[in-house]
Amino acid sequence: MAAEGKAIDALSQFQLATSLGPIGASVNFTQSNLYMVFAAAIILGLMTWGMRARAVVPGRWQSLAESAYEFIHRMVTDQVGDEGKRFFPFVFTLFMFVLVGNMLGLFPYAFTFTSHIAVTFGLAAIVFVLITVVAWSLHGKKFFGYFFPEGAPLWLAPIIVPVEIVSYLSRPVSLSIRLFANMVAGHVMLKVFATFVVMLAGLGSVGPFLSIMPLTLNVALVGFEVLVAFLQAYVFAILTCIYLHDAVHLH
Amino acid sequence: MSQQDGFDKRLRDARAKHGMDRGDSKLPTGAWGVGFRAGVEVFSALVVGVGLGLLLDRWLGTWPWLFLLMFVMGSVAGILNVYRLFTPRRLKRD
Repeated sequence: MAAEGKAIDALSQFQLATSLGPIGASVNFTQSNLYMVFAAAIILGLMTWGMRARAVVPGRWQSLAESAYEFIHRMVTDQVGDEGKRFFPFVFTLFMFVLVGNMLGLFPYAFTFTSHIAVTFGLAAIVFVLITVVAWSLHGKKFFGYFFPEGAPLWLAPIIVPVEIVSYLSRPVSLSIRLFANMVAGHVMLKVFATFVVMLAGLGSVGPFLSIMPLTLNVALVGFEVLVAFLQAYVFAILTCIYLHDAVHLH
Repeated sequence: MSQQDGFDKRLRDARAKHGMDRGDSKLPTGAWGVGFRAGVEVFSALVVGVGLGLLLDRWLGTWPWLFLLMFVMGSVAGILNVYRLFTPRRLKRD
């Protein structure tokens, strides 16, 4: 799969292909979309089937669902304040979708849909539109005060205003690039070292012993990638909360 | 004195409750993590600045002047982003 000939082919894992046979091909339903559906099904399953017992002393699945809920609920109320509670469903959906997408991508043969900038930028664009609409509807014209801090000398406006606008517009870009770059880098590293294992194993009689080295490294990398998968979902959610805080309180 | 401390704590709690103080953001603080975040901030501000400059140039037919101007603005915005990354924003009401 990885080592065709002598080349290390680390990027073909991100290629899109249609899935679900001829039906998928006719509507361009890619494996990326398929894994998004999986992620949604897993989240839905966790929250409905996992919470089915509604026990006072939660079982395994219920405590997983509850701790995810509590985690994001605390994050939203800490970061945005009490008004933030109305954004909880949004942030929770976003967090769970990114988290499950990252984690699904770590399974062998699975596709990581968060490794595509189109997906992450789509999510970040939703966040950007939301924070702009919230700031606009809560503050009206005062929203423009965002781009020119009070008390700054007026003659500096031609410099400050464009800089602030660029800085504001760079939020969704940095949000999406961070997630996408982390996922791509991790998966490329995994693939490169996995290819080393195969290549070294073919090196005569000492090969199999040498190939243990990249294999050990890959085991450690998988653990690291689990951490990154969670951390990036967390960063995505908390930055959304910080931006929402700015939108609700205007700085 | 203890009464004073109690007041401070209550004030802090009340402010936190109404979202006037942001809680600790607890973002990852490894050297690599911070470095990577700063890099991403600069890069994305540059992307937006250059992109806006190119678009405006194509619209107004002023190539390359707005591109050059917005490139500088993008760099400044990138540095501003990094600055904000390291200095937690104080609120005006303080």
